[in-house]
Amino acid sequence: MIMNIKRRVFLRGSLAAGTLGVAASAGLLTPQTVIAAWNEKAFKAKSIDDALTAAMGEASNTASDAIKIKAPDIAENGAVVPVSVSSDLAGVESIALLAEGNASPLVATFMLGEGAVADVSTRIKMGKTSDVIAVVKSGGKLHSARKSVKVTIGGCGG
Amino acid sequence: MAKSIKIRAKIKGDETTVKCLMTHPMETGLRKDKKTGELIPAHFINEVVAESGGKTVMTSNWSGGVSKNPYLSFAFTGGAKGDEVKISWTDNQGGSDSGTAKIS
Amino acid sequence: MKITKLTVAAICALSASVVMADKKAADTTPAEDLKLYRDYFSKRFPGIPLNEYGNGVYAIDKVSRDSWEAIEEFPPYEPMIEAGEGMWNKPFANGKTYGSCFGDDPAQRQHFPYWDAKRKMVVTLPLAINECRVNNGEKPLKYKKGAIADLLAYMSYQSRGQKISVEVPDDPDALQAYNEGKSFYFARRGQLNFSCASCHMQSAGMHVRTDILSPELGHTSGWPVYRSKWGELGTLHRRFDGCNKQVRAKPFNAQGKEYRNLEFFLSHMNNGIEYNGPSARK
Repeated sequence: MIMNIKRRVFLRGSLAAGTLGVAASAGLLTPQTVIAAWNEKAFKAKSIDDALTAAMGEASNTASDAIKIKAPDIAENGAVVPVSVSSDLAGVESIALLAEGNASPLVATFMLGEGAVADVSTRIKMGKTSDVIAVVKSGGKLHSARKSVKVTIGGCGG
Repeated sequence: MAKSIKIRAKIKGDETTVKCLMTHPMETGLRKDKKTGELIPAHFINEVVAESGGKTVMTSNWSGGVSKNPYLSFAFTGGAKGDEVKISWTDNQGGSDSGTAKIS
Repeated sequence: MKITKLTVAAICALSASVVMADKKAADTTPAEDLKLYRDYFSKRFPGIPLNEYGNGVYAIDKVSRDSWEAIEEFPPYEPMIEAGEGMWNKPFANGKTYGSCFGDDPAQRQHFPYWDAKRKMVVTLPLAINECRVNNGEKPLKYKKGAIADLLAYMSYQSRGQKISVEVPDDPDALQAYNEGKSFYFARRGQLNFSCASCHMQSAGMHVRTDILSPELGHTSGWPVYRSKWGELGTLHRRFDGCNKQVRAKPFNAQGKEYRNLEFFLSHMNNGIEYNGPSARK
């Protein structure tokens, strides 16, 4: 069982670099059929820049107020922090959601297919008070916004 | 029908909003078992694929940093009432599940 | 564990309306207690409608309320309600169902807890569930989490909107159980030497480290609860257990006499508030 788990992760990684990459660049695969292989490098990266470079090809981004992050000012429990990201930038291809204070800051990426609207929500774990960062790829460039979330270590309830 | 995915898909005007709740432990691999002191192995959904109208509407990749019993919401245009939305997840241990719901 | 005199001097520091604590438990009737209790909270949190207290700390704190509402919009306990429904519908080995014990109606919350005059004890819904199981040849369920919480989630969900209405009959044994619950509530315990009232009455709305203390009024309405901390459902007695441990006191048994009597007292204080379980909390 354990061997299988390791093998599966390994295969996915090699698919991204090998077969799929070749097929995609040969125009054999349309965006709808590309399987997003799990990007271990991005999700295990320890810095925002490394995570963004691995996930979106580059780290450099411009702050944009066309990106809205909804997250609590104070998260009463860091295990479940509701976060929403929306943007009215044109032609959003993907969104990355990061928690700056987490050991591995990249929490989720969203690859928007045909017709998808730049409006996603989820609930994330935050290890400590830090910024939640949303990075949006639109027009081939990265745009970003951040929101500070205080994570409380409770007295009794937490 | 999926054992581990609940889906709500509602259309308003041209925009369909899909909300899902999945049942999954979402273990990061960094947590220790209180009783044994051993690390609990990483076990988390790492990919969610949303399809509708014969197309992949969205693919989302996660780390263990998404909360246990994860929630996901997204939206898309071009859908219609009665269309089916399919949500499929796979996890880092090779587990998977999928479910469907009709847009209402 | 018997308290012959309530140590209430510190609790009374706040206001004279905490009269109910300043006497022996038996000095005030349940009806008088209820009025004093309500007066205390309405002065403490002016303008909060009674039913809002069923939302716990979210009735008094806007910041946490917003993210709580985001979670409750598609709450993590929904699959557990379905699991509970499956349990309700599945016959026991002998062919009978939970419905056989509960008049075919899962919406039972309004009937519990109640004083059983024949057996001279407080009967809670989880207790009744296990009695139903045992009477039909099934093993009882553990009381703090797991399957019983799923079934309670379903039954509570069906009971939403029913009002808490727990009667303390004019019966010396019932009054004694009620007064034992009341004494428990006001008795200091544990290394931290807190009573339930220290935090949830005297200090309700104040911070203990970074937590805002919820008012005790409304505490029994939302169970079972999916706590973010637990990552799963838990019952009221699970929380009693946790709270007692958090003041470094020895906890009592879930569904033992102490916690059932405490639940009896607390529920009566919550009369009129709607059942709104299951619910999400931090």
